[in-house]
This record gives sequence, structure tokens and C-alpha cells, in this order.
Amino acid sequence: MASGQQWVLVEMVQAFYEAPAYHLILEGFLILWIVRLLFSKTYKLQERSDLTEKEKEELIEDWQPEPLVPLVSKDHPPPKYDVVSGPTSHKIIVNGKECINFASFNFLGLLDNERVKNQALTSLRKYGVGTCGPRGFYGTFDVHLELEERLAKFMRTEEAIIYSYGFATIASAIPAYSKRGDIVFVDEAACFSIQKGLQASRSNIKYFKHNDMDDLERLLKELETEDQENPRKARVTRRFIVVEGLYINTGDICPLPELVQLKYKYKVRILLEESLSFGVLGEHGRGVTEHFGVNIDDIDLISANMENSLASIGGFCCGRSFVIDHQRLSGQGYCFSASLPPMLAAAAIEALNIMEEDIDIFRLLRDKCKHIHSALQGISGLEVVGESISPAFHLQLEKSTGSRELDVKLLRGIIDYCMNRQIALTQAHYLDKEERFLPPPSIRVVVTIEQTEEELEKAASLIKEAAQHILQHTVLGH
Amino acid sequence: MATSTADKVSNGNIHRHNQNINTFKSDAYVRSGFSNHCNKHNGKANGGLDKRPFKESFDQAPLYVAVLTYVGFGVVTLFGYFRDFLRACGLEKCHLAQEREEQKDFVPLYQDFENFYTRNLYMRVRDNWNRPICSLPGPQFDLVERVSDDYNWTFRNTGKTIKNVINMGSYNYLGFAENNANFLTTVADTTRQYGVGVCSTRQEMGNLDIHNELEDLVAKFLGVEDSMTFGMGFATNSMNIPALVGKGCLILSDELNHTSLVLGARLSGSTIRVFKHNNIQSLEKLLRDAVVHGQPRTHRPWKKILILVEGIYSMEGSVVRLPEIVALKKKYKAYLYLDEAHSIGAVGQTGRGVTEYFGLDPSDIDVMMGTFTKSFGAAGGYIAGKKELVDFLRTHSHSSVYATSMSPPVTKQILRVLKCIMGQDGTTMGIQRVRQLAENIRYFRQRLQEMGFIIYGNEDSPVVPLLLYMPGKVGAFAREMLKKNIGVVVVGFPATPITESRARFCLSAAHTRGMLDKVLSTLDDLGDYLSLKYSRHSKSTQDRTLRRNSVVNH
Repeated sequence: MASGQQWVLVEMVQAFYEAPAYHLILEGFLILWIVRLLFSKTYKLQERSDLTEKEKEELIEDWQPEPLVPLVSKDHPPPKYDVVSGPTSHKIIVNGKECINFASFNFLGLLDNERVKNQALTSLRKYGVGTCGPRGFYGTFDVHLELEERLAKFMRTEEAIIYSYGFATIASAIPAYSKRGDIVFVDEAACFSIQKGLQASRSNIKYFKHNDMDDLERLLKELETEDQENPRKARVTRRFIVVEGLYINTGDICPLPELVQLKYKYKVRILLEESLSFGVLGEHGRGVTEHFGVNIDDIDLISANMENSLASIGGFCCGRSFVIDHQRLSGQGYCFSASLPPMLAAAAIEALNIMEEDIDIFRLLRDKCKHIHSALQGISGLEVVGESISPAFHLQLEKSTGSRELDVKLLRGIIDYCMNRQIALTQAHYLDKEERFLPPPSIRVVVTIEQTEEELEKAASLIKEAAQHILQHTVLGH
Repeated sequence: MATSTADKVSNGNIHRHNQNINTFKSDAYVRSGFSNHCNKHNGKANGGLDKRPFKESFDQAPLYVAVLTYVGFGVVTLFGYFRDFLRACGLEKCHLAQEREEQKDFVPLYQDFENFYTRNLYMRVRDNWNRPICSLPGPQFDLVERVSDDYNWTFRNTGKTIKNVINMGSYNYLGFAENNANFLTTVADTTRQYGVGVCSTRQEMGNLDIHNELEDLVAKFLGVEDSMTFGMGFATNSMNIPALVGKGCLILSDELNHTSLVLGARLSGSTIRVFKHNNIQSLEKLLRDAVVHGQPRTHRPWKKILILVEGIYSMEGSVVRLPEIVALKKKYKAYLYLDEAHSIGAVGQTGRGVTEYFGLDPSDIDVMMGTFTKSFGAAGGYIAGKKELVDFLRTHSHSSVYATSMSPPVTKQILRVLKCIMGQDGTTMGIQRVRQLAENIRYFRQRLQEMGFIIYGNEDSPVVPLLLYMPGKVGAFAREMLKKNIGVVVVGFPATPITESRARFCLSAAHTRGMLDKVLSTLDDLGDYLSLKYSRHSKSTQDRTLRRNSVVNH
């Protein structure tokens, strides 16, 4: 063994002598190169030079975060809320003054309805207040199932699903269907909960101009050409149109028949938010589908809250079981939130009863809307924005002063003027920095069936008076 | 051998328990995955936890259990494929709702594999969820009896009710889900006066006097400057986190945080990094890296760092390691958002949540969040803290601008419960309930551990997860319990890791000893029947106790 090794060594030395010079040079070069590689690596590491613990501690010591909430300067105190003592029904006490309510969405006056209250009380005696659990874990009450059935029947669809919070309804429904990579076409005037739902879905969002079907079709055509370029992707990209029945931000009705045509032409599903139109539009209050006589099955999903016409709390989605049932496992606000307190569901059922019994209320509401709408026309400085049959519409300044802050102040002046004379109004509030398309400042006037002709007249003339008083005052002031 | 490594891994903490309590908790707890870490840093944890012993267990099941669990899932999956094949051939009837004929050529609304789990696994055990109840969700409730004629695709009510089922599922920690007319007079009066809705938002015409009263009382209860309340617990998180942090901010979130926190974090647009469950080392590493290296690519310093944790985790039953997290957040100047959905009212000497449990100053927590759905038997949530914070939220919270304010009767119920817990109603009922709950928790947990079940979580946590592991046992367990008139919650994948299906008990102050004993004896039998007693140290503990006794006898 040992001799064998020796022989190898000797042979190596011999080979070294016998090798041609170029070979040796090449090998030497290779060795040098390897050495260089080794060193250059360490050299790079040194250049990156990890921070020492002491340096890290210094960095940690130095770092100063921004305050959790921005500091408020003394001259801009946070705005105070108006305080309502007592119910927000027809007669309301705002900041200690009794007024006629033209601000809360109690369209059908069901908030103050004795029958509704009695049902809620009966339910309270049986079920208590809270449900102490999400729907999956013993939070499903017979009342919930009854309400879902009743809503489905009322809307003439297969199935309904209820949420415990109006805002969370459409905001949870959208991400249940539309996922990353899917495409959603949405109206620019869409309300904030739609915007949040879209954000949560992480889909590809395309805004079209408010109620502009040509603009929507232009976007749909663009998509069609894209699809032809990449048909494989097109086969798995779901597409939706999200619209509101009656836009809370503008008081307009969406052109549903045209939307349905586009739906079948371009194979896009329609998700419809009806918080304002449910219990308002249509002969039986079934909303914008009934208003236009559109087959409700042509709309893939209808979502609405129960906080306006029904004067309870919560929201619901309805449509075909194929669509709705999916939310029972995928609607985040449904699965992971405590269910609706039974007394609120019971109140909503009774409110539905009243809506089914007396369809005159919807006609009455429309008449009152038209009444105040025409009474408010022609006020100098103020413009009425919204359909004449919309129970919630906007009064905007005809000419902005150029500064949003000043506009808001002017409108607040008009509101205060009316509030001091027994008409309670409010501005439409928005989060200025969060809205995708911030609507101009406005006073939102809400009509309910409880308001009498005289009260409507009074409100209209007061607003006129206030506008003259305040707007002209500022013009003079300038 | 497994035991010896386990002993090494868990240090400090456990030893101290040995000194304090020499019953069954003496063994070391170790478990693969995240919970392992809880134990690894126990020694260090003790520094901040001197005020109270902190006992959390996450036992590990024997290896064969994990293997069998995977085999179980494998079999069900195979059968799922087979039945899908039969359905495709038309040999098996498909009960799923179908797309309309008119829309068959649309892009499919669901991808097929999305529904595979629902169709083939969930459908087999679907009867154990969404069981409709038709009474108060108190310590006992009545269930609507339903049967399925088509293997759980549809249910049909028989018209009968299952009476007096012991409720181990509702989050009724303090038993305030009650319908005693004497207690509810204020709630009933409010309903008569206000109606049930508000029909407006806080910023517009929905700011009621009772909302202000409630917010003042919540702040007083928590010992902070101010508070704001919201109509839905879920939305309290998802609609307020975006107001606090945004682009250029960093959120450090516990991996087991509730969906609402995750959604809120996502909607905020900040960068999100996840640390291991209740793991201080993992959190510190992330914090350190974040402060030292700043934002990725630009290396600008982060604007703010917000740590999101929960007081009690609803699936694990663990209590957040708050003292250490507060120490870290002070050191690294991060902000702390504490979600007390399950802990407020349920832990602490007087029910004031985890800050009281650890004896911490509430002002150390930047954002105190909680819900009224659980201990308070109502609905909604709150955010409390410094006045600046709450004032900011009053103007910038998504909820205050766009969401209908809290229902008046619900508001009144919370007021009533708060007054009761604080003793402002002139009785000691509230404090008695808090104590009763603590007693029930200790008793129930102790007995379960003695029986040899593997249960997770903190010894003071009202949420008691009992590990079932295998998918087949999930359905069997819930059905057998219902046969014995006990309503339990079972959870499996995807709400838990795939191998850790579990049953979850939520204790209530309203549970009587008799009810708990009935549940326990049923569990004892069922545990043998389904062989659920996986714990390996109950026996050894018993042996040890025996040995110790014999030593004493000598």
C-alpha cells in the first residue's frame, strides 16, 4: 500500500517535470483564478458588511414613527356630531331642538311603527338580544331562516341570505365571487361599500362613467378584443358589472334594461346593489327590477340593506340558489360574524308584512318625492340632483366657491338655518381622501311617507329662504 | 425519548408550575409546528409574567394519529374523485344547484376544484353546522329537529324540537344572553321609545344620546380616555384598521388572527408580515428587521408599525403573551392593536379583559378593540384608547361615515350588562358571574385533562378546544353528543390545520355544575367509544402522583 502511494507521488512529480510549459501555465492560471474567485466572494460579503448589533441598536434608538393618529391643531377641533335625543323617526330632537326629520332613510316610516315594535318585543322576550355566535355555530335561529324565506318570496327569487350589517353585505358578496384576476366593471358613482368590496376582491377594476352605457360598452369591447388575443385566459376570467339600483351618491336610477342587454351580449354577470331602491321603486317595492319590468333572474345577484326601508339593521343578498348558496361558505361577513339579533330579524319580518299588505305606501312615497322635487326647483344658487321619484336626493351648489371647505361651510349654514326652524337636514358625508370619485358637497334631502304636504312645502320654502339668505350673503360678503 | 426532549424544550415556566401545582400539569408540552415555539421561549417569558403563572398546553398526539388522519383525508378524497366521476357519467344524481341554461356559455362562476371540498367532504358532515335553534341561546337551548333524505344535500324539518340541549357552543361567557323580563326592562322600554333601527349614520343623523352614554361607560369600564362603538364586531376591525394605517406602514399580524383583522389589514394598503402564533421571538425578529432595514427596496423607514393581536384566540384557546408584547412594542416604538373579542368580560378579576388578567396598564395598549357579541350578549364592537385616537376615528372611521349606527335596543343591552359587571346596578351579580365563569373554566379544563383528552389553550381561557384529529371523528363526535342532548361546535380543515380537527367548548357562567358534570361524563364515555383520549401524560402523571403518595407514606 505504502509503496503504491509513493509510486503515485513520484509519478506526479515526474509528470510535473515532463508536462509542457503551456500546460503548466494554464493550470497555474486556473489555480490563481480559483483563488481569486474565493477571495472576491469574501470581498463582496465584506462590502455588504452586516450591521453590528450596536449599529442596529442605534438605528432602533433613532427611529421615530409617525404618531398613530395625526396631531390635531387647536384651531381645527374635531367636528362634533349632532346629538339626537330619542328616536330618529318623523319628529326628531336634534341638539335639543324638535324638528321634522328630513335626514334619515326611514322612507316608509316603519321605524316608529307599533306593529314592528311589538314583534321586536315579542322576540326579545323569547330570544333575548344577542345571538352569541356566528351562523355556523348555533347562531342560526328559526327567525333568520324565516326572514330569508320571506325575503326570497318578496323578491320572487329562489334564495336569500342575511347579513348582520348593511355595509358588510355587498362588501362581502363581491369578494365571494370576484377573485384576483377577474374583471369588474363598476359605475363611477358606486357607493363606498361597493368600493371596499372591490378592494377586498383584488380583482381588476374598470370604472365607467356614471350611467353612461356607451362608455361601458366601449370598455366591454376593449375587453372583447383582448379576449380574442388571449382566449385561454378569457375562458377563466370571470367578469361582472356592479351597479346600484338607485345611487345614494347621485339619486339616479341605473338603466337596467340596457345593462341586461349588455350582459347577454358580452356575457358579463350583473351584481346589483339596491339599498336605496328596495322598498321604494316598483309597484310592490321590489326595487329597480320591478321598476323596469326586468326579469329578476336576469340579475345574478341583488344586495340590499335592511336599514332604510325596513328600518331594522342588517342586509341581505338574493338571487338564484346557484349563486347565493356560495356565500354561506364564502361570504366573510356572513361566516365570521355573529348573526343578526333575532329581535331585529323579527322587526324586519313584520316590516315586510306591512310592505306586502299595503302597496299604496310605495305610490304615496313617489307622490311625495315628486311633490318636494318640483317645489325645490328654481332656487337660485342650489341645484336639485337626482330623479324626481328618488326619496333621497341632493342639493348641490350651482357654483362652487372653488374651495370644498367653504362649500361645506355654506351648506352647513343652510342646514343650521333650517334646523333652527324645525326642519332637520344633513349633508351627505364622505371620507374625502378615501373615495375613488369624490362627489361634490351636498345637502341630502330624504323624503318619508310620514311627512305631510304642509311639511314638504315648509321644508321647500325654508330651504329656498335659507339659500337666498346664506348664499347671497356670501356673494355680498365677497 | 420523546419525553426527554420535551422536557428539555420546555423550561422555566413549566418547572415553576411544578412547584405551584403538583397535579396533572407537570409534564412538558411540546408539539410540532407553531405551538412548539410557545414553549421554547417560556424561560424568557417568565420575566414579564411574574405576576401570574401562565400555563398553556399544546400537547402533541402520537405519530400514528397524524398518519391515520392523513389516510382518512386521503380515502375521502379518493372517494370524492370516484363520485365526481360517477356524477360526470350520470350514474349518480347531482344535487348541486345548476347554472341557468341562458348563462351556460358564461365564464363559470366557480372553479370546479373550489367546490370539490364542499361537495365531497363538507357535505358528509354538513348536518353538524348551522343547526337552527328556536330558543334563547342560554346554557340550554332548543334545536329545530331536521333530517336529510338525500345525504345532507337538503334538510327537512320534522316539525319537532329537541328540547333542553346543553349549549356548549355559544359565546355566552357571562350568561347575559337571557330573557328574564326583569333584567330586560330597559331594553324593552328603549325598543318602545326608539324602535329597532336608526336609518342613518353617526356623522349624519344617527348619533343618538344613548350611543354617547354607552361610549362614556365603555371608556370608564376599560379605564381609558374615550371610546367609540360600532354596529358590527367584524366591521369594527375591517373598517377601522384602514383609518389608522396605510401605505408605507407595516402591520405585524399573528398568524391565527381573525379574518376581520386580516381583512382590515388588507384593506389598509399597508405591508403585512405575519409572525408565528403568540411567538415573541418571531415577533421580535420581524420588528428588529423592520426598524433596521426599513421598507423593502427603498429602505425608507416605516411610517408606523402596528402589531395586531387578539386577547384570546378563538380556535386555540390561547391567551396572548401581552406583557412581553408590550415590552417589545415599547422597545421598538411600535403601536399595539389588541382585539379583545373573546377576552373582554371573560378574563380578569373583574372581567376587564387581558390587560387586567396580566395586571397591565390599559394605557400601554394603543388601540383597545373588543366586541359586544360574546360576553355582553348583544352585537357590535368598540375601539377605545386615548382621546386623540377616538376623536380621529370619529371623523375618519369608515363606519362612522357610511354605516348605520348601532341599534338602540342593542345599545341598551350593552349598557345594562356593563352596569351589571361594574356593579352600578347595585348588585354583585356581575362580579359573581365573572367569578363563576373562572371557576367553571378551571373545573372543566381540569376534568378533561384528567380524563386524558388533549385540550389546547390557556388554563384560564373560556374557549376549550378538544382535539379530535381524524375527519371521521368530527361528524361522529358532534352527532353522538347531540344524541345525548349536548350541542357542541366542531371545526375542521380549513378553519384549522389539516391534521388538527377539533371540538370547541365555550364555557359560560350560566352553566351549572350539574350541566358540566353531565357533559363531562358523556365526554368520558364518548372519549372511550371514539378513542379520543390521546394524551400521553395523564397516565404518567397519575403514576407519579401515586409514587409521590407512596413516598409520603414511607
